[in-house]
Parts: sequence; C-alpha cells; structure tokens
Amino acid sequence: MKFLRDYLDSIKPNFEKGGKLEKLHSVFDGLETFLFVPRHGAQSGAHIRDGIDMKRAMFTVVIAMIPAMLFGIWNTGHQHFLTLGMFAGPLDGLMDKLMFGLIKVLPLIVVSYGVGLGIEFLFAQLRGHSINEGFLVSGLLIPLCLPVEVPLWMVAVATAFAVVIGKEVFGGTGMNILNPALTARAFLFFAYPTKMSGNTVWINTSAENGQALVDGYSGETFLAQSIQSSSNYVNVAGVPYESATDAWMNAFWGFIPGSIGETSVVAILIGAGVLLFTGIGSWRIMLSFFLGGYVMGLIFNAWGANEFMQVPAIYQTFMGGFFFGMVFMATDPVSAAQTNVGKWIYGFLAGFLGIMIRVFNPAYPEGIMMSILFMNVMAPLIDHYVVQANVNRRLKRVKVSNQ
Amino acid sequence: MGKSIKIKKGLNINLVGEADKVLSNHVSDTYSIKPPNFHGAIPKLLVKEGAEVLAGTPLFFDKNHEQVKVCSPVSGEVASIVRGEKRKILEIRILADKEIKYEDFGASNPNDLSGDEVKKKMLQAGAWPFIRQRPYDVIANPNQKPKAIFISGFDSNPLAADFDFVLHDKAEEFQIGLDAIKKLTDGKVHLGLRGDHNPTDVLKNAKGVEINYFPGPHPAGNVGVQIHHIDPINKGEVVWYVSPQDVLLIGKLFLTGKYDATRIIALAGSEVLKPRYYKTLIGANIKSLVEGNVKEGLLRYISGNPLTGERISQDDSLGAYHSSITVIPETTESRFFGWITPNFDKLSASRTMFSWLMPNKKYSLDTSLNGEDRAFVMTGQYEKVFPFDIYPVYLLKAILTEDIEKMENLGIFEVAPEDFALCEFVCTSKMQLQKMVREGLDLVHKEVG
Repeated sequence: MKFLRDYLDSIKPNFEKGGKLEKLHSVFDGLETFLFVPRHGAQSGAHIRDGIDMKRAMFTVVIAMIPAMLFGIWNTGHQHFLTLGMFAGPLDGLMDKLMFGLIKVLPLIVVSYGVGLGIEFLFAQLRGHSINEGFLVSGLLIPLCLPVEVPLWMVAVATAFAVVIGKEVFGGTGMNILNPALTARAFLFFAYPTKMSGNTVWINTSAENGQALVDGYSGETFLAQSIQSSSNYVNVAGVPYESATDAWMNAFWGFIPGSIGETSVVAILIGAGVLLFTGIGSWRIMLSFFLGGYVMGLIFNAWGANEFMQVPAIYQTFMGGFFFGMVFMATDPVSAAQTNVGKWIYGFLAGFLGIMIRVFNPAYPEGIMMSILFMNVMAPLIDHYVVQANVNRRLKRVKVSNQ
Repeated sequence: MGKSIKIKKGLNINLVGEADKVLSNHVSDTYSIKPPNFHGAIPKLLVKEGAEVLAGTPLFFDKNHEQVKVCSPVSGEVASIVRGEKRKILEIRILADKEIKYEDFGASNPNDLSGDEVKKKMLQAGAWPFIRQRPYDVIANPNQKPKAIFISGFDSNPLAADFDFVLHDKAEEFQIGLDAIKKLTDGKVHLGLRGDHNPTDVLKNAKGVEINYFPGPHPAGNVGVQIHHIDPINKGEVVWYVSPQDVLLIGKLFLTGKYDATRIIALAGSEVLKPRYYKTLIGANIKSLVEGNVKEGLLRYISGNPLTGERISQDDSLGAYHSSITVIPETTESRFFGWITPNFDKLSASRTMFSWLMPNKKYSLDTSLNGEDRAFVMTGQYEKVFPFDIYPVYLLKAILTEDIEKMENLGIFEVAPEDFALCEFVCTSKMQLQKMVREGLDLVHKEVG
C-alpha cells in the first residue's frame, strides 16, 4: 500500500491551506483518514493511547447491523414471493429472494448514504472541521427502519432533514438531541403517513407477466392484526398459522412483513451480541428497555381490556420495531442518557412507553419510534437529576465534616 | 486501624520493557532544575550564571510563597539559565563538581522538634517543594494546615518504578522522613499500600502512620484515588501528599543535615536495550544514561511514566517529581485501513480488538493516537477506569465551559490531571483530558484561591 500512501502524500499539498483545492480539504482529509489511520502522535498528556477510534467504534455498529440487513434483504424477497404464492418455504428460491431484495433495498441504502454523507461533507467543509463518522451508522439505520415501498426521493428528503435539522444545526455528531435515524423516520411518518403505515407499504407486490397475487393477500403486519385478535394470525398470503405459537415463532425468526431490518429478532440479537461483547452498545439500556417493554406487556395482560392487550408480554416484544429500537436506536450514545443510573431509567421508560403507545394509540399500531424520541428529549433531564444527586452527596459530606 | 479498599474500576496496561531489579550508578556532568516542573510556582532566581553552588543552595524561590525555595541537587557552577517566551525561566543548568559538596543544615531528630521547626527546616533546605497538595495539585502552601497527609507506597502506572525495590534497604531514612511529615499535620498520615501482593517490610512496618491497602488495577496507586476513598476533600479543605522517594529525601535531611537529592529511577520502555534501575540525582541529564542503550529509530523520551510523564529530548533531564525515564517508539507509520484491521499489536480496553484474548500479553505501544480528535460521543467508557464517585464527562464539560461553581459541585477539588490519564488513554474521541483538567484546576485556583 506504499504507492497509495506516496500518492496521497504527493497530492496532499493541493488540499492544504493555500493549495489549489483548499476548498476540498475536509473531503481529502475524510478520504485519507478512511484509507489510513493517520500517524498523529500524542502531543500532550498520555503518550500511549487505546487502539480504538471513532471510525472503529462506528464501524463495529455497522457490522452489528449486517445480520439484520441481510435478513431484511432476504425477507423483502420472501414476502414478495409469498404474496405471489411462490417459494413458501424459507429456503425455497433463496437466490431469487435475495436478488429481488437486493434490487429493492440497495437503492434505499445508496440514497441514504449518498445524501447523508454528501451533506456531512458539505458541512464539514463549511465549518472547517473533519468529517465525523456518526453517519456511517445513521446511513444504514435509516433504510433499515423504513418500509420497502417508500419512494427513494422521500428517503433523500428525510435523510437531508435528519442530518441538517436533526444534527448539524446542533453542531454535528455528538451534539444532537434526537437520534438522527429516528428523526428521518419520524419526518416521513408525519409528512407522508400513507407511505409509512397501512397495509400496502410493507411488501412489494409488483407482479410480472404470468404472476398474480394470491387471493387471500393481506399486507397487514402482526401489529395491525393484533388489534383484531391476539391468537389468530395470517401470513401475507392470507394463510392462517397453525397455532398462535407457530405465528410467534415466525415473528421471532422474522418471516413476517415489517420495516426492512426490524422483523427478525434473531438477526437483531446477533447484532446485539456484537455490540455487547465489544462494549460499544450499552447493556444497561438494552436490558432495561427489554424489561420496560416486558413489564408493560404484563400489565396489559393483567388488564386484558381488548385483544391487543391480551398479546402475551414476551410476544409483544417480538412484533414491530421493539428489538430493533432496543438494540440499535435507543443505545445511540449521543441521544441516550449518559450516566449509568440514567441509562437504566431511560431504557426502562423507553421500552415501557413504547408498548404503551403501541397499544393505546388508535391511529397507528406502533410506538417504539415515538417512545425513543420522547426519551431522547427526556434523557438530559434524567441525567441532570442523576448528576444532581451526586452533587448533593458531595454537599452533604461538607456539612457533615463541618459539624 | 487501617482499611483495605478494593479498587474495582481501572486498567492495568502491560508494556514491554519493565526495568530489571538491578541497580547501577549513574553520574551526569550536568544537572538541570526546571521551574515548570513545579506547577503554579512563579520562579524568582537567587543565582546568576557563573555562580558557584553547593548541593542545597537555593536556586530560586516561589513568588507566591517566598519561603518556598528550590535547591540545587549538586555542587558546581550555574552554567546557563535557559529562558523561553516572555523570558520565562525554563531551566537552570548546573555543571557538576566531581565530588558533591553539601550545604550543612544540621542533623536533628524530628521527634524532638515542633511542627513549626520541622517546617522551617524543610523550607530552608529546599525539601518543601516535595510536599504537594490537593486541591490543585501544586506545591503545598506552607501557611495552611492540612487535614491529613497521604503517601501512596506504590505506583501502579505502566512501567513505573517499583517502590518496594527502591525502599527495601532504606528503613531508617524512610521512618525518619515519616516522623518529620507527621509533625506537619494534626490529622493522620495515611500510607497506601499495594493490596495485590506483599509490599516490602519497610513500608509494612512503618510506624506512626495509618496503613491502608488498595488491591486492584491501576489507578489504585494514584494518591488521588486513595484520598478519595479514605478521606475525600471537601471545599475549603486541604490534603497534602508526598511520594515515597521524597519521604526518603526528607528523612535524609533530618538524618544527615544534607539536601540529598538522590533518586532511584527505573529506566524502562520497549526501546531500552537493558531496562534497569539507576541511582542518580534529581535533574540528571539522561544523555549518558540512554546513549548506546536504546534501539534505533525515532524515539520518544519520557520523564516519568507513559501515561502522565513529560516529553523530553534525549539531551534533557529527569523531572523533579519523577522516578522513571521511559523510552517508547514514536509513531511513524500510517496504517492502511487501520480502523478495521484486527490490530493484534494494539491494546484496547474495548473488545473491538483482540487484546481481551491475551490479558497477560505485554505490548509495545508507540505514541500513535490511533485516530483523530472528535467530540464526546461514546459514553460510559471513562467511568470504567475512573474509580471516583465523580461524573468525569460532566466535570470535563464544566471545565470546558469554565463554570467554576459547577466544577466545584462536580468534584474538581478531588482530582488532579493524573487521575484522568487512564480516561485519556481509553478515550475514543482522543481528547486531551489531562490538559483540560490542568486548565480547570488553574482557573479554579486563580478564582477561588
């Protein structure tokens, strides 16, 4: 790789102050540090440093998302062919499903990264700082939390909104209050609700020559079905599951319609394993989030006023974006609570409110996005009280020692 | 009765090049005393270039506290006074005599003296700058009374000198030093000892002090951690602390009447050919120590340990408070896609690399930041290596915004830059935490006093 290094060194002066391409300094810097970890030495303080840096931390999250992404690609194809009455078994037509999914999902990812990184580069250049890695994660989270049928231009607009209004106006990565990916999703949800909910957005039902939708086709997600019944579910082809347990197992594996990356609890748990093992994701938030949702589910079970409340608590968590939100959204270190005690409170309430909103909200049967965004806003307040308790402990110590 | 307090949060950094427990002598031609080593002191020179000095002759005093003098470690001639910007005094260089001649301050038993007499003698003989204080981590103000005095009997920093080895045959000087220090406070003198394995008898059998044990990883040996867990500093309170080698220096002053600036230092680090201990003096030029004893390549010389030490050149001198010289490689290479490669040769507190697989492996780390400066993004990583009941990020943010009241509330009086060294090591955003804390302390010191 020496020739590349030499080449970069040879063109570098053009991008320095006074060089011809000074205006592209941030872009060059971003590219250079992407290719090579720079030889910056510690100038002050500790002379040796931990091997980790922001790029590695962020990329670890991207790696953790890969199982959910791959599953989402496959499931996009799987659901599509199910509605056409083809390839009913999970492994039937594997390549067809993957190819179909790839054709549908890849453009979303490309648009999200393209628009987001473009804006990041622009802001970095305007502000004269280096390009932050935060969007590496957001850029993949955004397509994974959207339904497959969302138009590409909407993704572009939502991403632009999220990066500019959700992040850059606050000062860029590290300063934002809301999770940027959820900001993008919320933007779409309120601006174009017909493309974000209902029975037609979750599955691509385009039929080629000679193909036709099956008769009993239903594009309803499990969440929508739960309003009617907590035990009788049908798949997208309208075929009832053998038993409730069978339905829930399908939800656990993720063979159900939903946003691209959110359906498979298994794939998301693999990602959670990566995040927890490397220490990049907070186990406190994940665990408390799960407990919060589970407890709310139990409360609803005990109440049991309608069908949705009777969904067993553990199965509540298998549906919708619960696990995806828990593992990838709520744990965003910037918008989550930052103190360890605060993380417990934040996670628990986010999970608790998520299930509560899901069941109570008549307009739209999912609440995880709302609850996480709400808790993002509340996180600084939670932290404030946690830190204040520490301050009070210290003040009390002064009083004791003065007596 | 002393306590045993287990330190749970922290990180031991295993590095290649630990000093062998072999003691050699080192004699240098020139010795330098650097006023910037004594943070916060405003030096006023007492000698001119060309002046003849003895070991113990004051070189300068601190304008803040005129009684506080810093003395020459050797006899000889003041060769030059090196000044920097705004004529700031950086170094006082002394060309040493072959045979060291000492000022005589008179031997005395500290147990027969009053606290004021002990203090007077230490001030006069240049031993005072080795008593330091928290808050602010500066030379102790001789006009104050500390509520307690702390001595950490071990250094848990990577490659640091092992005080068990340094002190093992110096029971008498050490005890007399403790006797003198005891006179300086109405409170207790706490001696913090290593809890993981058996310390030397010199430390264990020390009399007149409260002995506490601190098992656990670095920073268990940081005096700030020990103070925090034994007798935390509240606003308005002062705690003094002394390093074990400085206790020896004080002990020898009372035993012999001489200002004996002998230091036993560890010459350590992956780039040293024969890492071992040397008996030398404060301010010794290290050139003759490292010449021919280090590997090829671009090297970083550090007075002190790799986490908190001061960067020096090859033709430079041992800092006043340091017990080791460390030599590690400078970073010279940029690593192709280094942020995603496995990096088996890198140490990380996270598990994004493979160092967790080999907890006992010794690393040869260079000075690379391994990344670039970023804003605060990751949370909870400092807390894992910061054994204080303090929220480090909130304190740092208060420092950044220069909010003095917040800094006080969040515990600035209890910390020193060195307490943040491990946080700085693990920081994903590569922030300069020690520098930030130093600036925060200086600001509060100036405003609160």
